[in-house]
Amino acid sequence: MAITSPEKRVWWNEPLHRPEVIWITIAFLWGLLMFGMMVYWHVAGRQNLSNEAYKVFPEKFAEKVEDMVAKYKVREEGATKIPVVRPPPGSDVYVLSRLWEWWPILELEKGATYRLHLSSMDWQHGFSLQPVNINIQVHPGYDLVLSITPDKAGEYTIVCNEFCGIGHHQMIGKIHVVDKK
Amino acid sequence: MAASNEFRTCSVTGLKVHLPAEALIKANAVVAVVFLAVGGLFGLLVALTRWQAVHILPAEWFYLLLTAHGADVLLFWVIFFEVALLYFASAILLNCRLATPWLAWVAFALMLAGAAIANVAVLQGESSVMFTSYVPMKAAPHFYVGLIVFAVGTLTAVGIFFGTLVIAREERTYQGSIPLVTFGALTAAIIAVFTLASGAIILIPTFLWSVGLITTIDPVMYKVIWWGMGHSSQQINVAAHVAVWYAIAAVVLGAKPISEKVSRTAFLMYILFLQLASAHHLLAEPGISSEWKVFNTSYALYLAVLGSMIHGMSVPGAIEAAQRKLGFNAGIFGWLRKAPWGNPAFSGMFISLVLFGFLGGISGVVLGTEQINLMMHNTLYVPGHFHATVVAGTTLAFMAFTYLAVPLVFRREIVLPTLAKWQPYLFGLGVAGISLFMMGAGTLGVARRHWDITFSDAPLTFEYPPAAILMMGLNGMSAVLAAIGGLAYVLVVVGSILFGKRLDAPDAERPRFIPRLPTTVAAYGSAGTLHVPGTIVLVTVFFMSFVLYYFVNWKYLSEIWPMR
Ligand code: HEM
Ligand SMILES: [Cu+2]
Ligand SMILES: [Cu+2]
Repeated sequence: MAITSPEKRVWWNEPLHRPEVIWITIAFLWGLLMFGMMVYWHVAGRQNLSNEAYKVFPEKFAEKVEDMVAKYKVREEGATKIPVVRPPPGSDVYVLSRLWEWWPILELEKGATYRLHLSSMDWQHGFSLQPVNINIQVHPGYDLVLSITPDKAGEYTIVCNEFCGIGHHQMIGKIHVVDKK
Repeated sequence: MAASNEFRTCSVTGLKVHLPAEALIKANAVVAVVFLAVGGLFGLLVALTRWQAVHILPAEWFYLLLTAHGADVLLFWVIFFEVALLYFASAILLNCRLATPWLAWVAFALMLAGAAIANVAVLQGESSVMFTSYVPMKAAPHFYVGLIVFAVGTLTAVGIFFGTLVIAREERTYQGSIPLVTFGALTAAIIAVFTLASGAIILIPTFLWSVGLITTIDPVMYKVIWWGMGHSSQQINVAAHVAVWYAIAAVVLGAKPISEKVSRTAFLMYILFLQLASAHHLLAEPGISSEWKVFNTSYALYLAVLGSMIHGMSVPGAIEAAQRKLGFNAGIFGWLRKAPWGNPAFSGMFISLVLFGFLGGISGVVLGTEQINLMMHNTLYVPGHFHATVVAGTTLAFMAFTYLAVPLVFRREIVLPTLAKWQPYLFGLGVAGISLFMMGAGTLGVARRHWDITFSDAPLTFEYPPAAILMMGLNGMSAVLAAIGGLAYVLVVVGSILFGKRLDAPDAERPRFIPRLPTTVAAYGSAGTLHVPGTIVLVTVFFMSFVLYYFVNWKYLSEIWPMR
C-alpha cells in the first residue's frame, strides 16, 4: 500500500503496464506539441508580446508624453478633462499610468500600426484593454514598446488590473479607434 | 533510543505512534483549521463584495481583507497542515520517533508568531498590499517580519522531517524503501527548501527597504525572485495533496499504486522540472525575453505537467484496481458506482482529484502559455484557476484526510456523521462554482483584486458585458455554498476533537470512516493482467477536453489586435 513500504523490495525494475506506457507517451508528446505551439506562434502568429523594453526615468518618460500631447491634442474628455491626442499613423504613441489615471486618451486609426509605449510614474499598474481583453503589466522604470494594429473601430477602455491602492478601481482610460478620414 | 513509554501502538493500523510527534501533529493541524476558518470567512466577504448586488465591504476593507484572505489560507492554513503531514508521513508512517520534538515546538512557536504578526500588520490597515506585496508598494515593516519569522519556523520544521527520515533509516524502523506517501512528502520537503530560500532572498531586502536601509528594489527583479517562492510553494502543495490522495485510497480501499516506479518517478519530476524562475507568472512583464519565457515556462517539454498527468492516471487506476479486487467488477464503471461515496474521506479525495485535473490543471496550462496569457493576465481568470488547484485540489484533499486523521491521531470518533458525509459535496460544488465563474468573468475581461467593476465613482465610464456581472453574482452564490461547506468542516472537526467518542479504550469500536479491509486486497496486478478500463475512459475524456480547450483559446487569441 502507499502508506507502507513497497511489498516487493526491488520495485524499480518491474515491467510497466501497457495502458501506462501509452498514457505517458501521449502526455509527453502533448507537452512537446504545446511547447512547439508557443514557438510556432512567434513565427506565424500575429499576437505576440513585444520584447522591446528600456529602462527609463519616470520624469523622462513623462516629458515624452507631454511632448506628444502638446503636438497632437485634438480635444478634452471626461470629468477631469483628459486630453485626447491623435498622433499620425506609424508614430510613437504613449500611455502613462499613475495613481490613478491613464494619461492621455489616444485616438488611433483603424488598420494603422503604432508603436505604443507603456510605463508607470509610481507603482505597478495593469494595462487591461477592454473589450478586446489584452492585458499587460506596467512597471515604473521600464518603457515597454509594442507595435499594435487596432483592427476594429470603436471605443476601448483601459482598466487597471494590478492593485495600486485605494483608487485602483477608479483608474480607467480610453483609446478610440476610428475609421480613416 | 527513545524511551518505550513515549510510544503507543495504534489499534487500527498497528503502527507504533510516537507520542511527542502525535502532540505536534495535533497542534499544527488545529492551528491550520483556525486559519482556514478565519481566512475562509474573509474569502466569503470578499466574494460577497464582488457580487455587485450585495457589495458588502467598503473599498478599504475589501483590499485589507483580500490581503488577509490570501495570507491566511494560502500560507497559514496550507502550510501548518503540511507541517502536520510531514510529521505524520515521517514519524508515524515509518514507526519512528520524531527528531528533536523540542525544536519542533520552537518551529511551531515561530510559525505561529510570524502568522500572528503578519495578521496584526494587515489588520492594522497599513499593509493592504496583497499577499504578493509587489514593490514599490510598501507594507509596514512588521508585515515582512511576520512572513520572514513564519518562513524560518517552516524551514526548521522541514529540517526536522529530514532528521526523522535519517533516524528511521539508522534505527531501521522500516523495511526496504520508504512508503510512497512518505516519498511524496519528501519531494514536497525538498521543494520547500528551495522555496524558503527564495523567500528569504527577496523578503529580507524588502524588509530592509521598508525601514529605509535600501533605497530601491527593482520591481521586475522582485517578481522573478518572489515567484521563485510563490510558484514553488504551489508545487509543494501539489506534491503534498497527491501524497494525500494515495494515502486516502490506501486507507479506505486498500489501493496500491499500479506501479511504484511510475508514481515515484512522477513525484521526482516535480523536483527535477520545478520552474526555478516561475516564468509563467512573468509572461506579461516588460524586459524579459520571449525565449526565456517560452523555455522556462515549459523547459521545452512540460515535464512537471507530465508528472501530474501520470498521477492523474495512477491514482484512479489504483482505486479501480482495488475496487475490482474487492469484487466490484460490473461493466466499465461498476467500481466507481460502488465506491464508498458516503465516506467523506473518499468522496472528498475523489472530488479533489477530478476538480484539480479538469478545472485546475487544464486552466493552468492554458493560462501559462506565453501568448494566451495576454488574454488572461491579472483578470479573474487567475484566481479562478488557482481556486481550482489550491482550494478544490489541496484544501479539499486535506479536509478529506482529516476524516482519517481525527480518529487515528486525536483518537476521537467523527461527530455529526451526516453533516460530514455531505461536507465534501457542499464544499466541492461551491468551489467548482467559484472557480468556473471567476474563470468565466476573467474570460470576459473582469479584473482581479478590484472593488467596483461598475466604476461608479470613476471620471470615465465603462461597462463590462452583462454576462460578466451575472457571473459575479453566481460567483457570490457559489461562495456562500463553499462557505457553508467550510463551516460544516470546521464544526465536524472541532466537534469531534472536543466531544467525539474516545477511541483509545481497549474495547473501542472501529472508527466509522476507516473500514476494515479484507486481510489482503492481494498484490496488485503485474504487467499484462492490469485491467482498468474505467480509468482509461476517464483519462481519455480528460485529454480530449484538454486539447479542445487549449486550441479554442488559440482561436480566441487570433482574433485580438495584432501586436508584436
Ligand atoms: C469559502 C472559501 C473561499 C472563497 C469564497 C474564496 C473567494 C475568493 C475571492 C472572491 C477572491 C478574490 C478574487 C479577486 O477579487 O481578485 C479570492 C482570492 C484569493 N483566494 Fe480565495 N476563497 C476561498 C477559499 C480560499 C482558500 C481555501 C484558499 C487557499 C488555500 C484561497 C486562496 C486565495 C488567494 C491566494 C487569493 C488571492 C488573493 C490576492 O489576490 O492577493 N481561497 N478568494
Ligand atoms: Cu493602477
Ligand atoms: Cu490598479
